[in-house]
Amino acid sequence: MEVTIPILILAIPIFMFLLLGLGGVKMSHKVAGILGICGLGTTAALAYIVACTYYFSGDPLFIVDGVRQQYQVFDVTWLAFTQNLVVKIGFLLDPISALMLIVITTISFMVHLYSWGYMEGEKGFQRYYAFLSLFTFSMLGLVVATNIFQMYIFWELVGVSSYLLIGFFYKLPSAVSASKKAFIVTRFADLGFLIGILLLSYYTDTFNFVELTQNPELVLGTTGGATYMGASVLTWAMVLIFSGGMGKSAMMPLHIWLPDAMEGPTPVSALIHAATMVVAGVYLVARLFPVYCVVDFSLTFICCVGAITAFYAAMVACAQTDIKRILAFSTISQIAFMMVSIGVAYDKPIEGMHYSGLGYMAGMFHLFTHAMFKALLFLGAGALIHAVHSNEYTAMGGLRKYMPITHWTFLIGCLAIAGIWPFAGFFSKDEMLAAMFNRHWFWGAWMTMVAGLTAFYMFRLYFLVFWGKENPHYKEHRPHDGPWVMSLPLILLAGVSICAGWIPFGEFVTWNGEPYHIHIEAPVACTSLIVAVAAIILAAIMYMKPNSLPAKFKNAVPALWTAANRRFYWDEIYQFITHKIIFGIICKSIAWFDRHVIDATMDGFAKITQSLSFRIRGMQSGQIQGYVGWYITGAVVIAAIAWLCFA
Amino acid sequence: MDSVGNIIIYFIIAIAILIFSFKAVTSKKILRAATYLLFVLLGTAVFYFQMGYQFLGAVQIAVYAGGIMVLFVFAILLTHKPNEKDAPLRTHRKLWGVLVSIAAAIVLIFAVFYMPLIHGFSLVDCLSASKEITMHDIGVAFTGGDKFQYLLPFEAISVLLLACIIGGVTIARKN
Amino acid sequence: MKLTMLWYLVPSIIMFVCGIYGFMTRKNLIAILISLELMLNSADLNFVIFNRYLFPGSMEGMIFTLFAVALAAAETAVAIAIIINIYRAVGSTDINEVKQMKF
Repeated sequence: MEVTIPILILAIPIFMFLLLGLGGVKMSHKVAGILGICGLGTTAALAYIVACTYYFSGDPLFIVDGVRQQYQVFDVTWLAFTQNLVVKIGFLLDPISALMLIVITTISFMVHLYSWGYMEGEKGFQRYYAFLSLFTFSMLGLVVATNIFQMYIFWELVGVSSYLLIGFFYKLPSAVSASKKAFIVTRFADLGFLIGILLLSYYTDTFNFVELTQNPELVLGTTGGATYMGASVLTWAMVLIFSGGMGKSAMMPLHIWLPDAMEGPTPVSALIHAATMVVAGVYLVARLFPVYCVVDFSLTFICCVGAITAFYAAMVACAQTDIKRILAFSTISQIAFMMVSIGVAYDKPIEGMHYSGLGYMAGMFHLFTHAMFKALLFLGAGALIHAVHSNEYTAMGGLRKYMPITHWTFLIGCLAIAGIWPFAGFFSKDEMLAAMFNRHWFWGAWMTMVAGLTAFYMFRLYFLVFWGKENPHYKEHRPHDGPWVMSLPLILLAGVSICAGWIPFGEFVTWNGEPYHIHIEAPVACTSLIVAVAAIILAAIMYMKPNSLPAKFKNAVPALWTAANRRFYWDEIYQFITHKIIFGIICKSIAWFDRHVIDATMDGFAKITQSLSFRIRGMQSGQIQGYVGWYITGAVVIAAIAWLCFA
Repeated sequence: MDSVGNIIIYFIIAIAILIFSFKAVTSKKILRAATYLLFVLLGTAVFYFQMGYQFLGAVQIAVYAGGIMVLFVFAILLTHKPNEKDAPLRTHRKLWGVLVSIAAAIVLIFAVFYMPLIHGFSLVDCLSASKEITMHDIGVAFTGGDKFQYLLPFEAISVLLLACIIGGVTIARKN
Repeated sequence: MKLTMLWYLVPSIIMFVCGIYGFMTRKNLIAILISLELMLNSADLNFVIFNRYLFPGSMEGMIFTLFAVALAAAETAVAIAIIINIYRAVGSTDINEVKQMKF
């Protein structure tokens, strides 16, 4: 395969970043926006070419006997620290990276287009586009990484661009603190990631994904059973690597940054905090899936974290008032869904299971469909916010007459995420639930419940915003659909959300490259469909017309409602741990030690020196006779000593 | 054995040096102190003669007694009223001076008495052991560059003296 | 009776100790300079004595005494120039009066 196109895919966004970042001040908004959109459009086109070549060309580089191969387009040495420690930069093509190329460039292009309308007239428009390009570059670099170290580098770059974009409105204190929170929390998680990388590469002697995943038993056989605190070193390594994914993908207990990250511009939330960056954790697990399979316990751990997070986030989403927060918690819940789905997959055939790797395929499928409809929902929310200038649903209501395009596309997004046939979410969710039921009925039942909650809170949001009572302010300030640049991405994404489910996804993405033919499992599909419809009907009863049911429900379990509304006090717990325990007890005692022992020692030296010098400065009187007196006294003393010693 | 004359002269001069040294540092009248110093210097010159260094003795009288003392006297006359007395010394200052001097004296006396050869040769023996130093010898020693010849210090001293002349003029000049 | 080295060293020591005493106690700058001359003279005398008694064949002690005399002359000239200047500035030659530049 030609190297030029893959290099261009990475080079164009970074070039655009540099161009807009350095020269943006000199450009008008129009020029900067067109440059950004054209650059990204080109990147998207090239990414499509690469992905299509990979999937459809039938080239023996990419597919052998119907099995899709991993192919390194290039893999060049970048930093050669020592003979063994060599960091390479490359471009890996395999089913999931090609998939991610499509997802990222599509969503990014839509967001670029949408931002043209959404961010119109904002100060720092050029900066915004520069950061978007930087993010796209980093994310593309992350997904095509040939080795785990390259992934780590781009992982951090993604974190930086996320930080920059969350804090885009840097004059708002809330945006600044949200960006810091996001950066610190994910950075803290990445510390675990880095330690995990070091552990893994130390024991396997390689960073390369292909080497790691082609034959994990062989590579990992060299560990010699080293253990730490009852678990093998490799388990530690894989769990630590997963902790990086937990940070980026906002798994409990590191999820606290994502709701706050909604302080950024809404298109950014759609791109980074819904569709692409936050699924990096899922992508990481998928990338190292064969290794995770070898290391027992780690997949179960991922499952548990995912299941708890999914349920927690769905609960919280039911009690939020800020529409972006609702979507944020929905994102957390859906990502956790994918985590569980990958966690329940096997890499070997299992007795009594027609396809053991189904969870993996379904997780990636859901990643794809979720990216589409969640970006759609966020962009729809952006259109709403653009129209009413508020994030709270209380400022909305009855908007379906005013904003028909937003209404219909949003409804499609809601149906898709709720898992209603024939929208995209139905197919991916069905596959995921089937995989979970395959593993154990518990996972399936639990996640079906979460799916029901998802349908409920999404339609709660939908009804509260588009139905219900109209806000009296509409008379003064009539809300309307955005300009065509904002509506076009909505329509396109809505189209994708409708059709994406019909893609024979199993033909393209499976854990080992062998094609799998998707078929709907009727019992699972029916159950989830019934649950979803029931949840939608419940939501319709409660929220379609203003009535007293929500208040009654709220008063029936006030503690639960308050807890969910306050996100089960996670922020308070963190506040308590960081401020009361770490700052208040540990740091204070360290500071006390520093001030009263270390500093005091130094101060003591200084004080002793000072007081001594005050005492002896009397000798430096300038009285020459005094000097002579001391001089002779000294001579006498030395003579006496000499005499005592040598006489 | 040294000649009786030499011994007598020695004693006279030694006693004079003892007395005048003491007086030079204790006299309240500064002009008198300078005069006593002159006597001490002259006594030293006599010792030089006694030890056979005629040229040195002559230089001592000419430069010290003649040159430096004149400077002293001029300075004293310029800075003091006639018959001006120094204020009496305070006790602790005196005590401090006495203590330091005694300590120095003890060290010096110890050093002298512990020195080997201290009781060795008499002056006559030593004088007879060396030939007389002529002006020619001194001139050769000052103007040569070989071993035991001192052209470089001689030049350095001459430059120093020049510097002193200029420095003295610069410092003492008004403005 | 022999005029040994000790006989000449004793007046030298006396001169030196007197010089120290004067240097330590006098307050007049010129008196201090006189004490200094006394000490220097004692050192000169020592040079000559050691030359005569210990190394009668050479004349290094004498030569260096000659240098020392020249140095003393130079030093005294400069010192007296300074003292006269101080007197002009301060109006006194008392060492305790000269303290503008002291700590």
